[in-house]
Amino acid sequence: MYLLEVRDLTKHFGGIRAIEEVRFRVMEGSITSIIGPNGAGKTTLFNCLTGITQPTKGRVSFLDTEITGFRPSSIVKLGIARTFQNIRLFKEMSVFENIMVSQHCRTGAGLFASILRGNAFKKEEKIIEEKALEYLELVGLEDFAETLSWNLPYGSQKRLEIARAIATEPRLMLLDEPTAGMNPQETSEMMELIKKLQELGKTIILIEHDMKVVMGISENIVVLDHGVRIAEGTPGEIRKNPLVIEAYLGKEH
Amino acid sequence: MREQRAESKEQRAKDTDKKRLGFVLRPVIIALWLALLFLPFRGIKDALILFVTLSILLFIFRALSGYAKTLTEKFNVIRQSVSSGLETVYARPKTPRFVAYLLLLGFILSVPFFAKDYFIDVLILAGIYVILAQGLNVVVGFAGLLNLGFVAFYAIGAYSYALLNTKMGLGFWSALPLSVVLASFSGFLLAVPALRLKGDYLAIVTLGFGEIVRLVLNNWDSVTKGPNGIGGIEPPYLFATPLGGLSYYYYFILAFVALTVFMVRRVYKSRTGRAWVAIREDEIASSSIGINTTAYKLYAFAFGAFWAGAAGALFAAKMQFVSPESFTFMESVLILSMVILGGLGSIPGVILGAVILVILPEMLREIQLYRMLALGSGLVLLMIFRPQGLFRPGRLSRLAGESRYLMGGKGVSFRS
Repeated sequence: MYLLEVRDLTKHFGGIRAIEEVRFRVMEGSITSIIGPNGAGKTTLFNCLTGITQPTKGRVSFLDTEITGFRPSSIVKLGIARTFQNIRLFKEMSVFENIMVSQHCRTGAGLFASILRGNAFKKEEKIIEEKALEYLELVGLEDFAETLSWNLPYGSQKRLEIARAIATEPRLMLLDEPTAGMNPQETSEMMELIKKLQELGKTIILIEHDMKVVMGISENIVVLDHGVRIAEGTPGEIRKNPLVIEAYLGKEH
Repeated sequence: MREQRAESKEQRAKDTDKKRLGFVLRPVIIALWLALLFLPFRGIKDALILFVTLSILLFIFRALSGYAKTLTEKFNVIRQSVSSGLETVYARPKTPRFVAYLLLLGFILSVPFFAKDYFIDVLILAGIYVILAQGLNVVVGFAGLLNLGFVAFYAIGAYSYALLNTKMGLGFWSALPLSVVLASFSGFLLAVPALRLKGDYLAIVTLGFGEIVRLVLNNWDSVTKGPNGIGGIEPPYLFATPLGGLSYYYYFILAFVALTVFMVRRVYKSRTGRAWVAIREDEIASSSIGINTTAYKLYAFAFGAFWAGAAGALFAAKMQFVSPESFTFMESVLILSMVILGGLGSIPGVILGAVILVILPEMLREIQLYRMLALGSGLVLLMIFRPQGLFRPGRLSRLAGESRYLMGGKGVSFRS
């Protein structure tokens, strides 16, 4: 069964064609990588999938629901979560609070409930706290729960972004360059984490530049160049694809 | 290697030199600046005298505060050993704080028994401003939406009660819910178009809204009686007795302040409060974790305006008279200053900010002409030396302190 189907997705910024008729499908439980040179339109693709920017043309369906035109919060509620390439944590909130607020769309206490603080409210808060701790343990940040998130080292901030995405209880996770700027040790830890997410039943799409990571964990690879999908296939197929080699290394003279 | 060490030594010497220079220079610069401010009012001679005395005073103050620091350090060592001893006795390190709060509460409650009417009057006004500032704190401090026209909601609350009371004969208790609802509804109305905008643009729109409301009140003669204002408003009745006396009204306002703080605090430490802070920190990230940012910004506007409306009704009932004069742009600026002075997002900080900015100008009345100047320069200095305000925002979760135990004592807190 396909979890996500992207059909002829196009996004133009004025005269710039950021992505052009991109199409691909993602199987439930798989890891898909989206690769391509800088400026190929990978992050724009993520922005269109999560509703942060609206596509010019084309359709995205998730679990047989057409989600094009939905606002970001509704898309998250349906089960798509994302992380950002340039980290976007809630800086003045503690690590723990970052995870608490990320359970927003799975909880429902309103203004009056929080003033009255009935039993339902207290129960919900307790569940939020327990789950927050659980998610922090999953990414290995439980010792930093009280730290303000901007005081975390870089690698841990990336982990916290992932924990925050998990806290929205998604079925599909979009990870934008999770290993960018990491040393080999941190990179392999991140790969472990991504595999762990897959074991938990999450479907994953990642944008990645590190070929070791891409070839190591992905089952399907989509290659973008100048906004156009130039290839799709397994790591073995992509490695041999002449179009991909050309896009990355340039044409032979 | 040796060269390097010598170099770093030199560097260190330079640094301490710089520090020493700053130690002398800073008070001088501050004094010079203040003297320049006073120059146009009192002429060169007085400005010079002010400059010399201020720089000496500030220098002495600095020297003393440095000395005080070493003293407090020594004292802290003693206190720690004492308190660790006490802890084994009481097993409750929080006790001294608790006692301090109790004393403060006792003081606040007993004010009408010893204070002059004038002082009680000032405190009542301070209470009204605390409610107002807490409302603005929700919008600016929690949700991070700069609002320069907050006084509009205050005005709407005040005029609603004034009109409902004088024209329709409604009492305070039946008019209060209506004025509060009207104020939050107008907050909602402003928010719908304004929330497409961000930062500076939003500030300009809210500023315009504030002016529109004031101008309508000023010019709609048939309803608001224009600049003449509306008089003869009834004070609130409690158990069929009018709360005309100052001390009664003092307790009345105090109860409202307590209610405001209680409710704002509860909302802050909940799902809604966390969503507001997340929006303040990063709007795109908060929409990507499933927060409907538009809806929550609307709530912030409406909830903030709710308290402004309540403060307005209380103000009208206290003064028994309202006129557009009380709701100028300067009022908006004053309320914003209270929030910033106290610390954006900090509930106790904003209480303190409001109380200070109401009481201080009254205390400075003795220097008449210069009080606003002194107040302004004081605010400037505060923003230079403590830009985050007097207090930092409190934690968002009920767990806050306890989670350290939950985490097996490993939690690290960078917030003091």
